[in-house]
Amino acid sequence: MDFDKIKLGVVELIKKAEVELPDDVIVALKKAYKSEEGLAKIQLKNILDNINIAKKTGRPLCQDTGVQTFFIKAGVDFPKVGYLKTVITDAVRIATEKVPLRPNTVDPFTKFNHTDNVGDYIPAITWDFTDGSDVFITAIPKGAGSENMSKLVMLRPGAGLEGIKDFVVNEIINAGGNPCPPTVIGVGIGGGADLAMKLGKTALLRPVGVRHHDKKIADFERELIKNINDTGIGPMGIGGKTTVLDVHVEKAPRHPASLPVGLVVQCWADRRATMIIHSNGSWEVK
Amino acid sequence: MAKYNLNIPLKKSDVEKLCVGDVIFVSGDVFTARDTAHKIMLEKDVFQIPFDPSTMGLYHCGPLMRKSKDSWEVVSAGPTTSDRMDMFEDSFIDKFGVNLIIGKGSMGNKTKKALQKYICVYTLYTGGAGALAADKIQEVKNVYWLKELGMTEAVWIFKVKNFGPLVVAIDSHGKSIYDQVKNKIKRG
Repeated sequence: MDFDKIKLGVVELIKKAEVELPDDVIVALKKAYKSEEGLAKIQLKNILDNINIAKKTGRPLCQDTGVQTFFIKAGVDFPKVGYLKTVITDAVRIATEKVPLRPNTVDPFTKFNHTDNVGDYIPAITWDFTDGSDVFITAIPKGAGSENMSKLVMLRPGAGLEGIKDFVVNEIINAGGNPCPPTVIGVGIGGGADLAMKLGKTALLRPVGVRHHDKKIADFERELIKNINDTGIGPMGIGGKTTVLDVHVEKAPRHPASLPVGLVVQCWADRRATMIIHSNGSWEVK
Repeated sequence: MAKYNLNIPLKKSDVEKLCVGDVIFVSGDVFTARDTAHKIMLEKDVFQIPFDPSTMGLYHCGPLMRKSKDSWEVVSAGPTTSDRMDMFEDSFIDKFGVNLIIGKGSMGNKTKKALQKYICVYTLYTGGAGALAADKIQEVKNVYWLKELGMTEAVWIFKVKNFGPLVVAIDSHGKSIYDQVKNKIKRG
């Protein structure tokens, strides 16, 4: 297994995530552009022009290249899976120079900027295991404008789905233009406080336009999309029809006495890229 | 919705004619400043500031820069969330005589009042459009406090040409596009 080659693959993964948007997001943005008018349309035009320029010039779409965050699904038969954490961390250091990435890791106590985008627990990696021998690494860089709008609430269970809906819609109204709408929203319901937030972020891995496989949840997602877009906040918060491109909900069982809801907001730059590493060390970035 | 091409520094009459919803393109010099830069500039005496902010636009931006040999290249430089600077902005406008602010998201009542009092305008550049913005920056003229603040928080002086489209989001007449949107919000 040539981990040095895999490292270069992870650098390519990070670059792809920072420079190009997935097709599902571009399709949704183009659709929004067609439906908007006036100032809202100008915002979407800038967004679409920006996507083209970033791709053409190989520049990160946004100067805020985020804190490097990865979701890994590792096949249980992949050899030496434990090395991947070091490989990814080294790749983040290399990508910081090579892509380049903005130095975005600051010590909360000393304000010291690590300058290499690496630090305690960072890059943030969430591990999951699956059958087989392939490893799937998804990079989702998120800027702070949207991350700052994320929130956790521990509702009383009696508040039910209506309570969840009110919470989400009100938070998006309060967020206004700050998270760079039209946003993509991940809502995690249930589990504990920590799992609700994690589910919210995991929900962002799902492509725009893909509904939850459970019809009840899919209907709830549609209702949230409608309620949020009816607010009229619009692209960049200056009015319009498109405030969200999509809402994804994920759930886990809850304690009978708790109803945790994690809200994770992603800006219009719904950056995502995935890399597959095969058990012989070959890889591809999608 | 009127459209204007304006030179920086904006004339007082330029600022006064701008109304919420107008679209402008600007050419001239802008300086970047985020929270920390606002704070340190407010703590210094005006004569200790090595450039003249009153002749430039204030750009809420923490750019991604790359150094090649001895010169700096702008890689991506869209606006940062302006709300973070709201606590400093009225004193900042008063002290430095800035009359054009470029940012994203809304700013609060304190800033809105200062824009009216000191004849200044807050304009919106599309958030996240960092590559597009970098294309409109012709020259990196200088950088201040790079060592102390680092690449993102430092004050960069950029020469921009036809930078925009910027939307006038809060004008000097006390009007804010965000108030207008908020007043129309429907809560399901």
